[in-house]
Amino acid sequence: MSPLNIKQGSTSHSAYDLRDPNGDVIEQHTLAVLVDNESGVLARVIGLFSGRGYNIDSLTVAEVDHAGHRSRITIVTRGTPQVIVQIKAQLGRIVPVHEVHDLTVEGPSVQRELALFKVSGKGDARIEALRLAEIFRANVVDSTLESFVFEMTGTPEKIDAFADLMRPLGLREIARTGVAALSRGA
Amino acid sequence: MAQANTGPEMTGAEMVVQAMKDQGVEVVFGYPGGAVLPIYDAIFQQNDIRHVIVRHEQGAVHMAEGYARSTGKPGVVLVTSGPGATNAVTGLTDALMDSIPLVVFTGQVPTFMIGTDGFQEADTVGITRPCTKHNWLVKDTDKLAETIHQAFHVATSGRPGPVLIDIPKDVQFATGTYMAPPKAKISHYQPKLKGDLDLITRMVEMMETAERPVFYTGGGVINSGPAASQLLREFVEATGFPITSTLMGLGSYPASGDKWLGMLGMHGTYEANLVMHGCDLMLNIGARFDDRITGRIADFSPHSRKVHVDIDASSLNKVIRVDVPILGDVGHVLEDALRLWKARGRKVNKSALAKWWKQIAEWRAVNCLSYNNSDKVIKPQYALQRLEALTKGMDRYITTEVGQHQMWAAQFLGFEDPNRWMTSGGLGTMGYGLPASIGVQIAHPEALVINVAGEASWLMNMQEMGTAMQFRAPAKQFILNNERLGMVRQWQQLLHGERYSQSWSESLPDFVKLAEAFGCKGIRCSDPKDLDDAIMEMIKYDGPVIFDCLVEKHENCFPMIPSGKPHNEMLLGDADTAGAIGSKGAVLV
Repeated sequence: MSPLNIKQGSTSHSAYDLRDPNGDVIEQHTLAVLVDNESGVLARVIGLFSGRGYNIDSLTVAEVDHAGHRSRITIVTRGTPQVIVQIKAQLGRIVPVHEVHDLTVEGPSVQRELALFKVSGKGDARIEALRLAEIFRANVVDSTLESFVFEMTGTPEKIDAFADLMRPLGLREIARTGVAALSRGA
Repeated sequence: MAQANTGPEMTGAEMVVQAMKDQGVEVVFGYPGGAVLPIYDAIFQQNDIRHVIVRHEQGAVHMAEGYARSTGKPGVVLVTSGPGATNAVTGLTDALMDSIPLVVFTGQVPTFMIGTDGFQEADTVGITRPCTKHNWLVKDTDKLAETIHQAFHVATSGRPGPVLIDIPKDVQFATGTYMAPPKAKISHYQPKLKGDLDLITRMVEMMETAERPVFYTGGGVINSGPAASQLLREFVEATGFPITSTLMGLGSYPASGDKWLGMLGMHGTYEANLVMHGCDLMLNIGARFDDRITGRIADFSPHSRKVHVDIDASSLNKVIRVDVPILGDVGHVLEDALRLWKARGRKVNKSALAKWWKQIAEWRAVNCLSYNNSDKVIKPQYALQRLEALTKGMDRYITTEVGQHQMWAAQFLGFEDPNRWMTSGGLGTMGYGLPASIGVQIAHPEALVINVAGEASWLMNMQEMGTAMQFRAPAKQFILNNERLGMVRQWQQLLHGERYSQSWSESLPDFVKLAEAFGCKGIRCSDPKDLDDAIMEMIKYDGPVIFDCLVEKHENCFPMIPSGKPHNEMLLGDADTAGAIGSKGAVLV
């Protein structure tokens, strides 16, 4: 356990990195990696994680600057503080990687994921699903007499919570995009 | 790229040759094949770049490594698609592990055939992605020149390493605009050279008060260039601190220097390892806390504060946490540190240092490299001692294969200058030494180049003797022949109940006749009394020599830190080995 017992990934209440650098606590971090949008760049990043035995909890990638050929890869990963530092250093030495940001330690950030849920059912279960979807501010993007497809944007935790509620109500399939994240403020 | 197309028009194949010339390439190691025929055609029609035709693509890459390590310039390789590229993979991985700058060109099937399982098609950039520093598949002739210039930049800057450019055959045939290096787009890849001055100041402050300091240096000093070695020497002499080095860093500080402790690590000297264990300030200059060096991490140098200078951020705090991590080039950081240390009054803790040296003298007195010599059979250590004595002071370069002979060479040969010692450290590639010795010899035609080899390693790339003959590369193959895979046999003796599974060399060739078959000179020696004359005969012969030195078959390499043990639990000889390695150590390599 970290001696200071600071909540996982939380640094927003201090200007300093207060975590125990030798700690063996597994932390989850969200990394934003800005890369040249060239052939093979995603394979380099993924190959680094599999080759060196790091974890990927989620990964999203898309071109964000067409003129500048720049893509943004958002990776949610986990490891001890030493491993997280090592992951960032290893990412930084990939030649087409321009910037590596650890959104978890660099300050507050917003993290959002989009998910689609297919829920099928009849009668009360169907009404309950629709009612919960309203509470969660999910949109109905497809409907038949026996099914809905809900669309929801939110934190991974919110999506997990919604999925847990839908499961007894006839959840058939989920598609999730993985986390996209930006730091807060200017 | 919206760039002004101002350069001359030429084919992709011509661009490859032109770009090599503009990058100052003098020699290319390669092997032709269907997918590189246009480039070979362009090579045929010029005389500026020399092409060395090898016998196997792995040999080409190791030759380029030998060339690069002995000159400080990037080694260049040209091979064909498919098997040409896959044969190069071992060499690429070797160069990546040891941070050797290489630029490897591979042919590829035409762009319209990629993905169709064409003849001699392989996903070369996919296969080599994890074993290169970076690689490129060039699909547009207009981008070829720029990519090649960038490749040379990436290979040689920051922590050096191998890069690969895969060029489909239609791109070689097509015409495009050539871009000379200064006009080519400068890559964003610009590693930081200067270290943080605040951190360097902390390092200097620590040096001023340290009671038991040590310089622990590595291949980074050599990669940083001769000036870095010079600065290191000056710093060591001025401070009076003891210095040890990894296998990769031998020669950055002269072996004859009185501050020299010998190599450290698994087969390092007693004094070097105990200094590492007992120091209170460790100055890691361009080494990477490799597992051959650290032994058991938990017990690694438990009482020291540690400074680590490295150009690769991912090397800092990777396995050993340090107190002062300095990101930067060794030469630049040493220059700043030395200047600061002088400006602050050249302070060291003299009385404590004197005590430290007294302790070191006691450890040195153990004479850890001693062995029981024989007048009946040549001991491998004796063979290397004689080789050292008879070639000392000569313009000498040493390469090695991998195994016991490699460790003995590191222990018994002295290196006075950087870039004189070429060995496969990180990857431990058997078969490295013979081609590497040819690469070194081609870079230094007048020098004495010796490959210290074991018979088993040497056989792995022995086809390259043909290359040595063809290009009149008089590299001497000094084979310590124990008819065993000596290091494997040693581990089986110590770890596997003396069950010597597959670790002997059966059906060996007659090396003297083999030499004759290749058209070079073969010498066999089995009697210690004849050894000096035989070595002199080898040195004096104008051409390649295969020297079959029949040595003691069951000699073990000591000192040895068994896997999973700390530095202060070294084995100094066979008497120490009983039960020395536990089951935990046995799973380590």
